[in-house]
Amino acid sequence: MADDLKELKIELSKNGIFTTTLEELYNWGRKNSVWPLTFGLACCAIEMIATTMARYDLARFGAEVFRPSPRQADLIIVSGTVTKKMAPQVVRLYNQMPEPKYVIAMGACAISGGPFRDGYNVLKGIDRYIPVDVHIPGCPPRPEALIHAFMTLQKKIEEQALAGDARPRHLHAELPSEFPVPAFGEHDLEPPMNRDVFTAEPGNPLKVIQ
Amino acid sequence: MALPSPEQIKTQIEAGVPGAAVTVIANGSPSAQRSLLLDHAHARSVAEFLRDHAEWRLDYCSLMTGVDWLDAETSQKVKVKKVVQAADGSESEQEVEEVRKTKTPGYLEAVYHLFSMEKKHGPVVLRMRTTDRGDGARLPSLTPVWRSAEFQEREAFDLYGIVFEGHPDLRRILMWDGFVDYPMRKDYVPPVDEVPVVVPQRPGSAGTPSEVHR
Repeated sequence: MADDLKELKIELSKNGIFTTTLEELYNWGRKNSVWPLTFGLACCAIEMIATTMARYDLARFGAEVFRPSPRQADLIIVSGTVTKKMAPQVVRLYNQMPEPKYVIAMGACAISGGPFRDGYNVLKGIDRYIPVDVHIPGCPPRPEALIHAFMTLQKKIEEQALAGDARPRHLHAELPSEFPVPAFGEHDLEPPMNRDVFTAEPGNPLKVIQ
Repeated sequence: MALPSPEQIKTQIEAGVPGAAVTVIANGSPSAQRSLLLDHAHARSVAEFLRDHAEWRLDYCSLMTGVDWLDAETSQKVKVKKVVQAADGSESEQEVEEVRKTKTPGYLEAVYHLFSMEKKHGPVVLRMRTTDRGDGARLPSLTPVWRSAEFQEREAFDLYGIVFEGHPDLRRILMWDGFVDYPMRKDYVPPVDEVPVVVPQRPGSAGTPSEVHR
């Protein structure tokens, strides 16, 4: 929105007249009702559970209801070590979620493989197969860190444009909303990464390394 | 009643199981816990003998694990008498030091720790060794004697590639079925799936984006 329009809006609000745009209203509603998927993988999941309980109370941010089905979820929090045996199931759960959908990679393992990176059985970060919106470092991250990541995601949702070239992936008809599920190979997952997702090319709307 | 020493156990096994060859393996570590090496042909009957022994009653196999021993080369300095030709052409016998190298072929090993729930004593440590690390990586399964070894023998099969003959359900347990490697072997090389990561320029900093290979 142009600056003079913003000033006009502030000026009107001082006089008791509240104005909004469809985009703002729509994003305001979306960012305050992000429903995560009931899904945990390892010790980070314990911190995620703690975040939802009374002390940290993720419900304050509109995420009070963890959905037991991917069909009803908006957000998948990849909380913990993604083993190579589990990775296809994580991608499949993501594929089953309806758009718009978001991913938080929680903890060292989910973002890079963490302490198990040099092992034979752990995926070196879930961003090899699905586009991650927010990465949280930590081993495990504290509930405050997850809340911070959640607020970062809310900010990201709030700033998404509904039209124009900068609109997010789910509003581009030609961009995929499902990603190939890796298969079990003889030595590793096949393919070991999805080059369309796991790329450093600037300007790619699927870009994950920033 | 406390358990007798490994030598005494060995004597009793050889008396109780005709033809069984048992070797007592020394242990150089501070615990000095010695173990019994069994031969393949009699391992199953020795295991049954230990389990059913009236005084020992080793009815519980608490642990079964695999060990990988690579081909080892030991060098030893030996003094040898040799005919040496001097510069002036005269020959004389002299003592010369020579380095002799002995190659020990590698093998895979299965280790079992036995306790008695009834008599409250243990452990007795059993070992079995394969003939080599290739096609000969086969051992008799002790799962029919101690059921608790079932999943652990499957794990040793999965990660070390030891084939347990007589195991009721020998499948991979941790890795997927199509996997062909044995990741806990010392010569296992994990697949290379690292990628170069371009670290973008921070706003306001000079220079080009640096390419970092992990």
